[in-house]
Amino acid sequence: MSILVDKNTKLIVQGITGRDGGFHASQMVAYGTNVVGGVTPGKGGQKTEDGVPVFDSMADAVAATGANTSVIYVPAAFAADAICEASDAGCKLVVCISEGLPVRDMVKVLPFITERGTRLIGPNSPGIISPGRSKVGIMPGDIHAEGNVGVVSRSGTLTYEIVYHLTQNGLGQSTCIGIGGDPIVGTNLLDTMELFAADDETDAVVLIGEIGGNDEELAAEMIKNSYPKKVGVFIAGHSAPPGKRMGHAGAIVSGGTGTAAEKVAAFAAVGVEVADTPAQIVDIMKRLI
Amino acid sequence: MKIHEADARGIFAGYGLPVPPSKMITKAGDAKAAAEQLGCPVVVKAQVLVGGRGKAGGVKLASTPEEAVEKAEAILGLDIKGLTVEKVLVAKAVDIDKEFYVGMIFDRGSRRPMMMVSPAGGVDIEEVARTTPEKILKLPVNPEGGLMPFQVRRLASFLSSDKAVAKQIGKALKGLYDAFMGSDASLAEINPLVEDPDGKVWAIDAKINLDDNALFRHPEIAEMRDDASEDQGEVTAREADLSFVKLDGRIGCIVNGAGLAMATMDMIKHFGGEPANFLDIGGSSSPEKVLSAIKIILRDENVKSILINIFGGITRCDDVANGLIVAKEKLGLDIPLVVRLTGTNEVEAKEILASTEMIAALDMEDAVKKAIEAAG
Repeated sequence: MSILVDKNTKLIVQGITGRDGGFHASQMVAYGTNVVGGVTPGKGGQKTEDGVPVFDSMADAVAATGANTSVIYVPAAFAADAICEASDAGCKLVVCISEGLPVRDMVKVLPFITERGTRLIGPNSPGIISPGRSKVGIMPGDIHAEGNVGVVSRSGTLTYEIVYHLTQNGLGQSTCIGIGGDPIVGTNLLDTMELFAADDETDAVVLIGEIGGNDEELAAEMIKNSYPKKVGVFIAGHSAPPGKRMGHAGAIVSGGTGTAAEKVAAFAAVGVEVADTPAQIVDIMKRLI
Repeated sequence: MKIHEADARGIFAGYGLPVPPSKMITKAGDAKAAAEQLGCPVVVKAQVLVGGRGKAGGVKLASTPEEAVEKAEAILGLDIKGLTVEKVLVAKAVDIDKEFYVGMIFDRGSRRPMMMVSPAGGVDIEEVARTTPEKILKLPVNPEGGLMPFQVRRLASFLSSDKAVAKQIGKALKGLYDAFMGSDASLAEINPLVEDPDGKVWAIDAKINLDDNALFRHPEIAEMRDDASEDQGEVTAREADLSFVKLDGRIGCIVNGAGLAMATMDMIKHFGGEPANFLDIGGSSSPEKVLSAIKIILRDENVKSILINIFGGITRCDDVANGLIVAKEKLGLDIPLVVRLTGTNEVEAKEILASTEMIAALDMEDAVKKAIEAAG
């Protein structure tokens, strides 16, 4: 089954004629993702090198292709509008790769898309991949392998690092999802944990957390109250000084809360193992499965 | 981005909040004219971008213009948490009967703007949250409808049972909400909002942190940035579009991606070293970015080795390798570089670096261990 994306995903790439959108549209086509179209206002009627048709609007694109998912590579200043446009056109899943969206835009976008039954991943997300089926995002496809470990993370390259170790050690993945490094995201750690809980093909979950907020503590609470899958954890940011934003807008220890130590303690308290290094997650998952 | 209290007061005043008049000065002698114009007593306040100014002796009351000069002399040049006070605000003082805390943030849980108020104002609000959480009322706000009148009444009556005072507080809360949303803040707080003996309400402190991602639509606020009060490496990094935080260790780090950069620092600590910085070169890297990154790290004399940890995706390893070659030539680097490159164009990158004396690492753990060893 996997979660969110699979062989039924029919994808539109918003910003397909841009540098990043164009490059990653080709990469996704090469991976085998069913990319049915792209949107750039004013450039409708063209075709990309891979033969993907370009439309002027999401409404046109969805009407012509029956797309159910969109991925966004437009500049941050236009990304909130792009999310709403995709939702209004009927896409039930929108993945926003663009980073640097103002938080005020996000809090206005969320009620709009929720009303239309759309799930948003991101912003500032590396995307989602269900290995061997569909890749919607910017992650390198070749480090993944099909399997039964779900991966949820707040970051991009750290996820690649951990997935690389999993794959090298024979632990394939059902779905890997980067929820994004911003303080306010469409789908958070808990939402993703619930999706994995309901997925037959996911036997265990790797949760990659980081400093800031209290999502990890809430996830620990969820596991304590009964969670049907095994969970292994890695937390980044032990050495982060308080009050400083560590790259991700959401990665900040403020008012003495959101520290890595608190998060590790929350998981330890409910008997969930936390890896000291990215490579150690392999040993933990091997023991659990 | 943080701005000075004086600028935050200006923004709040623009949204109709009851901010006592004030003047910013940089020379102690100017405090006299300011105090005369405002009318004594006045409060003289250090303008530095850190909390805890009062405890550090950076906030003093003066009852005459002459005393205002003395206090300004005492405060200017003071070192507060590593920052030298170069500006002070002279503000009309208000007699305080009651102190309240009022603040706005974005709440991650409800994914909404949230107002927080407490009758225990004037003290560290995090401390109140820890010890007496029942003294804080938090209300998430639907940004579509804004702060509703019933919410204003509920928040205001939590702070004061006096109807006339609650009404003024309510007006201040609406102003605070509008200022927060209107300036694209990530935090806006007044601590304390006070009631004077005549039952009048005043905002006698002001703090606003702005959402860096929204500054493009507030050029007038972006100009309030005070580079002088930040670490100069961090200023240079921002100009080069790099994310950098200075730390105290000996191992410089250049990594792509914030999560991996944090994990790299953590691993250095795990194996007994100390990282000198957090540095994320971001997604679409170029040789120029790598050069800027190395320059920024070399500003720090404590750095004894540099660790480059790249997991290529959008970032191309050959771009990074070319940047390292340029840096080596231009800067005549004589400190050891430990390089770990995996992912997009890894093979090309390794060819580029093969003939240099940079230390190649097999994986992240190997790189960290070698960087610690090289730092001695």
